[in-house]
Amino acid sequence: MEIVIAVILGTLFGFVLQRIGAADPEKITGMLGLTDLHLMKAILSGIGIASFFLFLGLMSEWIDAGHLSIKSMYWGVIVGGAMLGFGWALAGFCPGTGIVAAGAGRMDAVFFLIGGLIGAGIYTIFYESLLGTWLFESVLGGKATLATTGSSTALITADSSQFYAMLLGLMMVVFARSLPERLR
Amino acid sequence: MYWHWFKSGCALALCFLLAIILVKPIGVSTQFVIVDGIVLSAFDNQLVVAEKSEGNVISGYRSSNAYLNKSNGKYAKAIAEPLNYGLAFVVSMLLDGFIGGYFQKKSTDNPIKQLPDFHERRFGHSRPFRYAITFFSGVIVLLGARLAGGCTSGHMMSGMMQTAVSGYAFALAAFAIAIPTAILVYRQ
Repeated sequence: MEIVIAVILGTLFGFVLQRIGAADPEKITGMLGLTDLHLMKAILSGIGIASFFLFLGLMSEWIDAGHLSIKSMYWGVIVGGAMLGFGWALAGFCPGTGIVAAGAGRMDAVFFLIGGLIGAGIYTIFYESLLGTWLFESVLGGKATLATTGSSTALITADSSQFYAMLLGLMMVVFARSLPERLR
Repeated sequence: MYWHWFKSGCALALCFLLAIILVKPIGVSTQFVIVDGIVLSAFDNQLVVAEKSEGNVISGYRSSNAYLNKSNGKYAKAIAEPLNYGLAFVVSMLLDGFIGGYFQKKSTDNPIKQLPDFHERRFGHSRPFRYAITFFSGVIVLLGARLAGGCTSGHMMSGMMQTAVSGYAFALAAFAIAIPTAILVYRQ
């Protein structure tokens, strides 16, 4: 059953990435070069809308809080995020969109995926020697979230923290709407 | 043409919400490690081994590699049993791209351009050079994603929708480097 859900969700996600332009490196470098903010508006509003309904679902208990999964916060998140940002801007692909673009027959995306497999392999080999370094030191509260999720340290301790998360979601949509089509 | 930004946002939200309601948050970059493991275990049958005897082992598998062995052999299990949720999800994305690409090639209004305009403007018409750039980027992106413990899907989208501090930090770090890089390298 889980495999069937995986196929349905993966197909839906791949289809959406393609239809919103995320699998097109032109749209990615347009967003990052600030000359075409279409994707920025889409991503921001997407996170906002998803967050709004997620916390609505958590508050009314029709979403199982056990399905949430909060990633830890350590220095490696910042260093790794910066590295990903560099390659993302150069190639115009991130892991998910690279897969969809490669499937669509883009040779540059196929090379991106081969590089990705090698990068992941290098990390797998050197993981053990990175353990115990500052990169894995916890910062900003480790497994922390702004609102209560049930599986993390909530930074907003008020009872209504999930309501604030819904407001934040709405604010992201409003901000996305206020962004111009291009900044440069 | 591509969907309007708001329709795009709603569609993205639907994907991430459905995934979290039905199973767990969407993530992609872990599967690069799993595919590596599947390939490597074909050459090294000691890389991932079943461990049924120990009482405290949750996954039932362990690996000689510390990374594949972490979280009680969670990755080791996914490598030993490739027909699993995470890999099926990502393979579906790949097939999806294939089908979508087929129809995109047939329609004349929006064909796939093999060499992006931004590359041609900056580096000329050399395809091998574009491939070298994307290959190098792929190495850096997955090294970064694995060090961070997630990529654009897992950290930025899934993380920020759950208001995870790690998600905000990841997104800030990624954009702080990506925006100047894109502007400096592909300046019009």
